[in-house]
Amino acid sequence: MDTDLSSQDRKDLDKFIKFFALKTVQVIVQARLGEKICTRSSSSPTGSDWFNLAIKDIPEVTHEAKKALAGQLPAVGRSMCVEISLKTSEGDSMELEIWCLEMNEKCDKEIKVSYTVYNRLSLLLKSLLAITRVTPAYRLSRKQGHEYVILYRIYFGEVQLSGLGEGFQTVRVGTVGTPVGTITLSCAYRINLAFMSTRQFERTPPIMGIIIDHFVDRPYPSSSPMHPCNYRAGEDNGAVYPSVEDSQEVCTTSFSTSPPSQLSSSRLSYQPAALGVGSADMGYPVLFAGGLNAAHPHQLIGPGKEGGVPPVPSQPAHGTQADQERMCTPLDGVHYSAATPSSSEDTETVSNSSEGKCGSPHDLLETIFIRKVGAFVNKPINQVTMANLDIPFAMFAPKNVELEDNDPMKPAFSKDDILPMDLGTFYREFQNPPQLSSLSIDIGAQSMAEDLDSLPEKLAVHEKNVKEFDAFVETLQ
Amino acid sequence: MGLCPSTSSGPRSRAAAMNCRAEVLEVSVEGRQVEEAMLAVLHTVLLHRSTGKFHYKKEGTYSIGTVGTQDVDCDFIDFAYVRVSSEELDRALRKAVGEFKPPPCRPQDALRSSGSDGMGQISLEFYQKKKSRWPFSDECIPWELWTIKVNVVNLANEQERQICREKVGEKLCEKIINIVEVMNRHEYLPKMPTQSEVDNVFDTSLKDVQPYLYKISYQITDTLGTSVTTTMRRLIKDTLAL
Repeated sequence: MDTDLSSQDRKDLDKFIKFFALKTVQVIVQARLGEKICTRSSSSPTGSDWFNLAIKDIPEVTHEAKKALAGQLPAVGRSMCVEISLKTSEGDSMELEIWCLEMNEKCDKEIKVSYTVYNRLSLLLKSLLAITRVTPAYRLSRKQGHEYVILYRIYFGEVQLSGLGEGFQTVRVGTVGTPVGTITLSCAYRINLAFMSTRQFERTPPIMGIIIDHFVDRPYPSSSPMHPCNYRAGEDNGAVYPSVEDSQEVCTTSFSTSPPSQLSSSRLSYQPAALGVGSADMGYPVLFAGGLNAAHPHQLIGPGKEGGVPPVPSQPAHGTQADQERMCTPLDGVHYSAATPSSSEDTETVSNSSEGKCGSPHDLLETIFIRKVGAFVNKPINQVTMANLDIPFAMFAPKNVELEDNDPMKPAFSKDDILPMDLGTFYREFQNPPQLSSLSIDIGAQSMAEDLDSLPEKLAVHEKNVKEFDAFVETLQ
Repeated sequence: MGLCPSTSSGPRSRAAAMNCRAEVLEVSVEGRQVEEAMLAVLHTVLLHRSTGKFHYKKEGTYSIGTVGTQDVDCDFIDFAYVRVSSEELDRALRKAVGEFKPPPCRPQDALRSSGSDGMGQISLEFYQKKKSRWPFSDECIPWELWTIKVNVVNLANEQERQICREKVGEKLCEKIINIVEVMNRHEYLPKMPTQSEVDNVFDTSLKDVQPYLYKISYQITDTLGTSVTTTMRRLIKDTLAL
């Protein structure tokens, strides 16, 4: 089937598909982190941005994707799937979406691998960026917190859609024809969530009472564990994942303006030749330097061509490391311990050491916080043990917080670097101050008796010093 | 190409006459949602129609810069979209959309007419320049035309506004899916130009990204049915007529 494909083209194509799959997973998972994503444009090619798009690589996600792929590529009957599901604080879970990267048998033999396929894959990634924001799970993921979290699972093989419930909808992100098959990217998503606004997830406990029929046992035992779509940059933790630099090759593409390589479609409604666009005939349409190891990023492939590809730095090691099972979200100065995978079903314990920014090195507060930077601040969800709190308002730190005790106060932008609890809890505590002891009946009665006993003595003193008191009163007038 | 004719022919028929691809999207929004809805659609289209900056090397080869992206949350619509990380591009679109202000419906017209209120349409056109010899000016040849028809509705109370926030958000999700579907048909795109021709295909004035040459124009129809065609200064500059 691919006898017309040169070995170099085949190698390039395999590499494109592999990194496309990895980038697809990154885009999907990052879109479900619950935060706004922002990457910078760069006018100069950095050599590390596949498909000319700035998509960061979370090492944990790359690791999971490579583990699922196990050296294979999406092919006919072998799809790469990213399952997005929701898990409540009570442990119930529900599949929300299945993103599928599939390959079918329809080949496009005429298409140029190193130019057209590459650019179309880039376009498809842009479409994926757009589509990941319009499915219902996006809004749910932006509001995840202590009531529920969003998890992801990557698997390779046959697509499993039964967990989505009845009447799920599909949206096709796009397709790219290649000489070995057509790559298709699509999403199947649950729609019966449409009956519930996301506000119901925030304010109406318990969730089980609303969608009881959705929490069914998973029909297939998970072959791969679920992972939370929460990620904190710069954390030190026990889980270390190989940085992308170890395994990712540098992507440096250089294109030529040879006319035969530029036809992106055989169906042209407009003939560009009238523009007079044309360059010198190039024997080899594309100079491609991708797919080489990091040691020689700027070496070119191509018969006798020397290109001006600038020296490309090898892929910078991403300093970000994600705790695999951590459910907490970014906050400065907070260090988390890695939970073991086996404890993924239980609430995670986070050790909050305030050594970083609090300036109080002796504070130890074990608590479980699920927080978000910005407007989505949540309260702690489980028991807290306190030890040696020197920080202000420490005595008001929550002691026993029940899961059902919903705190309607969700202040924005609060950080618990200094305060061990959020403003809402503090406010609630002070809303009900203890009664003044002098107003209590027992103490009042006791003091009344004492007052009566001491009254004659006080009267005697006043009569004795009446002149002094009168002079004092006159000074006040 | 000249200015867009006002009302006689729809965008698709005009595009067909020009032999370019045309897509029409229609949205109904409240007045304060117009800007965000337009930006969401325009940015989504331009996300797909922008590349990194080209850097030409010897022998006609070129490398491409990197396009960054960022999420944008709407304030008046329950909706979020992705745009290219380019402040220059965002400013240009905001300037264009800022001038597009379909008039609010007059109260007496709202009572009389049960249906439409204010209407307008904004067009995003991608074109190529064709150099002509003196004394003829360069020709602008469109190859893709996006038209967004906007119906501006008036709402009576806060409850209706809240419903409108959600409904418009859902509608915009559908529009994004429509746009993506068109983009992934992989129909005609201009050839990658040589260095000397790059300004005939791409807008190279931005420092961080490189969209295809585009122009934005709009029409506003007031409640009396008359249309007022307004074009950007850029359109006039780019489509010189003798």
